[in-house]
Amino acid sequence: MLNPGRSRSRRLRERLIETLLFLAAASSVAITFAIVFILVKEALPLFREVPLASFLTDRQWTPLFDDAHFGIMTLIAGTATTTAVALAVAIPMGTVIAIYLSEFASFRLRETIKPILELLGAVPTVVFGYFALLVVTPLLQKLYPDLPGFNMLSAGLVMGVMIIPYVSSVSEDAMRAVPMHLREGSYAMGATRLQTAVRVVMPAAFSGLAAAYILGISRAVGETMIVAIAAGMQPNFTVNPLEPAATISAFIVQVCLGDLPHDSLGYKTIFAAGLTLMLFTLVFNILGYWLRKRFREIY
Amino acid sequence: MTPAPTANLRKLIARHRLREQLFTIIGLLALLIGLLVLLGLFTQLAVTGAPRLTPEFFTSFPSRIAEKAGILSAWVGSLLVMLVTACTAIPLGVAAGVYLEEYAPKNWLTAIIEINVMNLAGVPSIIYGLLALGLFVYQFGFGQSILSAGLTLALLILPIVIVATREALRAVPGSIREAAYALGATRWQMVSHHVVPYSAGGIMTGVIIGLSRAIGETAPIITIGALTFIAFLPTPPVTGEFPFLSFQWLKNPFTVLPIQMFNWTSRPEEAFQLNAAAAGVVLLVMTLAMNALAIWLRYRIRRKIKW
Repeated sequence: MLNPGRSRSRRLRERLIETLLFLAAASSVAITFAIVFILVKEALPLFREVPLASFLTDRQWTPLFDDAHFGIMTLIAGTATTTAVALAVAIPMGTVIAIYLSEFASFRLRETIKPILELLGAVPTVVFGYFALLVVTPLLQKLYPDLPGFNMLSAGLVMGVMIIPYVSSVSEDAMRAVPMHLREGSYAMGATRLQTAVRVVMPAAFSGLAAAYILGISRAVGETMIVAIAAGMQPNFTVNPLEPAATISAFIVQVCLGDLPHDSLGYKTIFAAGLTLMLFTLVFNILGYWLRKRFREIY
Repeated sequence: MTPAPTANLRKLIARHRLREQLFTIIGLLALLIGLLVLLGLFTQLAVTGAPRLTPEFFTSFPSRIAEKAGILSAWVGSLLVMLVTACTAIPLGVAAGVYLEEYAPKNWLTAIIEINVMNLAGVPSIIYGLLALGLFVYQFGFGQSILSAGLTLALLILPIVIVATREALRAVPGSIREAAYALGATRWQMVSHHVVPYSAGGIMTGVIIGLSRAIGETAPIITIGALTFIAFLPTPPVTGEFPFLSFQWLKNPFTVLPIQMFNWTSRPEEAFQLNAAAAGVVLLVMTLAMNALAIWLRYRIRRKIKW
């Protein structure tokens, strides 16, 4: 009844398929290695010309001028400013929305709002960039006439609105993961819903909330199109959100919009900038991953 | 109990009640403000773009005259890039998801792959653009082509497809697998005849969400150096001569919708900004429709399938 030949070929086929599937899964690791390899390989020639110390301490970033300076801090300042403005919007709004949806809203409202928030997370960033430059900036100029056409404030504000869905949905998940008996205990002691939310649920969901904020930071740091369109692409060492400035990602876009021959100086600088950006997001991602893992293990 | 503490207690309770009601209003307000701001922005976009949304807008090439410019090369480019992305990301992502969920042993290698997928999902899209510039454009010599762009976006959405596949597979109960094994099925037969078909809806949801993300991505396409003024179409994939199929289009330069919109947005002339709004409406409708489809699909699956 059993045919040994068939059984052997079947085993062989199984092994072959398993190997193919494994290769597909391993390809994701290959992508990571490729990213690191390409960034380091293409950025290294720059560090042969520019010492690392001046890369980190110079206060100007003018790599394409005759008087070339390579102070990455200029771009980091721009990134930090737009990120700070975005978080000032996204963290309070996202947290309040998450508390409301998780602790106050009815089941029906929550089930209606969540898909809508999810939809908003899918809006292409170039559309948000359009809003920032052509709608929000003119509005802000009515309030504050001296505001330049390109500024980090409007880019940051719109970026904040864009990040709200991410922050609120991850925070809400974290708060809903808090077991019901903790809430019931709090209610039994006579606490209101707000007291329960702020003093019981939020501390219990702390690492999840932190992970949500870190996810927000990571998004804001890596966000490209909004800042490239609305914040101007001129490197400017400032943390004043009313001024135009370039972020790390906006600089990469600016260089890529021009003619970019392989092995030109501009080509090397965008990989150095990309490597810096990658290191930042890597740190935030690892921190977020670690925090999320912790909050999963508590209950 | 003396009357004074009772009165204090009542005051305390009243104060907490007030705060509670205040927060209910604040929460609802935050939600409404968030949604209304976005609704206002979308309405502004639609109203601004509406006059330019004529049939000619979809059938004209970009032009130096704003009123004559259209998005023909942009949407054709987007479509072809999506084709390459889908053909790469779906097989690779589903296979990786199947491996991690159905085959992978619990060891350090699997753990590394899992952490790595999570990490890739958090890498900014512009970094993928730099990877593509160094790897596809120069190392592999694909140039600034549809192939390079499609592969870039495929890498970008791979984590989304993998995670969605895993979640869909996880929803299939173990009893199905045991039943298949009990009838003598091999692991691959169990996976390919039962588990994957049953979770196809969930996988589709993830694929649609991934593709909708890819269609709106601008930064990585700019990085590989997509031209912004393309007044011609790629070579048609179907030819009159044998073998009737041509893959020349993979190597063609191209533009995509978000790039076209970015280009128009950064022009100072107001007439071009109207075009940008119109292109934005098209882009927005496309991505929102894809996402709505995915969300609807997921709700339907949740309601229909009760194991």
